[in-house]
Amino acid sequence: MITIELIVVSVPIGVALAITLGVARVYGNRSVSLVATSIVGIFRGFPAIVTLFIIFFALPDVGVFFSPYWSAVLGFVLVTGAYQSEYVRGSIQSVQAGQSLAAEALGMSKPQEIVHIILPQALRAALPGISNEIIYLILYSSLASYIGVQEIFGVARTFNSLEFKPIEIFLTAGLMYAAIATVCFVGFRLLERRLRIPGLEAAR
Amino acid sequence: MADGEVVLKVEDLEKTYAGNKVLNGVSFEIDRGQIKVICGPSGSGKSTLLRCLNLLTHPDKGRVWLEGKEITHEVGDVNKARQKIGFVFQEFNLFNHLTALKNVSIALEIVKKMKKDEARDLALKELGRVNLADDAHKYPAELSGGQKQRVAIARALAMNPVIMFYDEPTSALDPHLIGEVLDVMKKLAQEKLTSLVVTHEIGFARSVADEIMFMGDGKILERGPPNQVIENSKHEVVQKFFKRINELYRRNEA
Repeated sequence: MITIELIVVSVPIGVALAITLGVARVYGNRSVSLVATSIVGIFRGFPAIVTLFIIFFALPDVGVFFSPYWSAVLGFVLVTGAYQSEYVRGSIQSVQAGQSLAAEALGMSKPQEIVHIILPQALRAALPGISNEIIYLILYSSLASYIGVQEIFGVARTFNSLEFKPIEIFLTAGLMYAAIATVCFVGFRLLERRLRIPGLEAAR
Repeated sequence: MADGEVVLKVEDLEKTYAGNKVLNGVSFEIDRGQIKVICGPSGSGKSTLLRCLNLLTHPDKGRVWLEGKEITHEVGDVNKARQKIGFVFQEFNLFNHLTALKNVSIALEIVKKMKKDEARDLALKELGRVNLADDAHKYPAELSGGQKQRVAIARALAMNPVIMFYDEPTSALDPHLIGEVLDVMKKLAQEKLTSLVVTHEIGFARSVADEIMFMGDGKILERGPPNQVIENSKHEVVQKFFKRINELYRRNEA
């Protein structure tokens, strides 16, 4: 179903973007960091629906065309990436400075240090926040219906305008989102448990 | 490799932190196989000195040579130089998300590009050297302070450094755990592993150090064989310092 497709595609790319932006803001030089901060500022500042409308309705005026589906994916990636990058940035900064010193003392380069030592610890700490954002994404994916994507809410509205049974139709729609969100919620709990390092949380 | 080959040479190191001149012209040499200990009151610049030597911090002035090659300003090669220096931190700084075994083997894999099996075997061997082979699969949070520090030593040793730096390795340990770490350090000293140790452990210095360098106000105030510096110093500051430490030791033994 389209909602699930939207989520399954937007989430991994959004997380990748979040990690890139978070790392850029902590480790990047002035210009890189400025660009990353601006991106985050814009897409956290604009309402998601406005972002979607700009991509789908406004960009064609400058010759850039995306289908409803891909406009939605792009919009969601930018919004969730921006929000999640704040969790990533905060958790990178919370990794003890000593971890960095030890990595450097062993002769690791900065990229090696970031990939093998900092991010594994930072991302574990950011997981609760990131999983929260992803659950929100599942819910605000309903906005995609306003740019013509036939996802759950969009289908529900169409149905309702034909059948006029709002209680059954919208309750069902709500329950479908809730079901997806619950599956993810449980999934994240299991993931957190599996990634848990003895004592790492206690250290925080 | 001739005996008496200079492994580390330091010349006129200076470093200022927030208006404070922490290092005010430090110079010395360490030959292969020598164990040198740095003592002194807190704030005398001891830790800053070590971190300037492997460039975790950059000195404002002065030069450092490792095995005859200057390393002070070589940005590209600084990682190569660091591979040759084993650094043991006061706060251990073990990688929390990795087992003891992985802590020791990770740099072998990513920095030295060793194959996973080779790295694993070498890591186990080094852990055996510090008597921790049985705890290889434990995570840092499951280890005592003394065990953590020994893993840290194994991690540094695995890179086969030409010199070891110990930055107050036992200062963060509970008293009953200090012994196991000092024993490992003594064993390594007896194997003639060139070492520079910043410590308050006078007993250790007395038994294995070739020379003690006493630091105060960012300078080396006195240097010489342990007995000379501890018992026969001509500097009042140095005399006071060791007298105080001896008093503390005597109180504990009484």
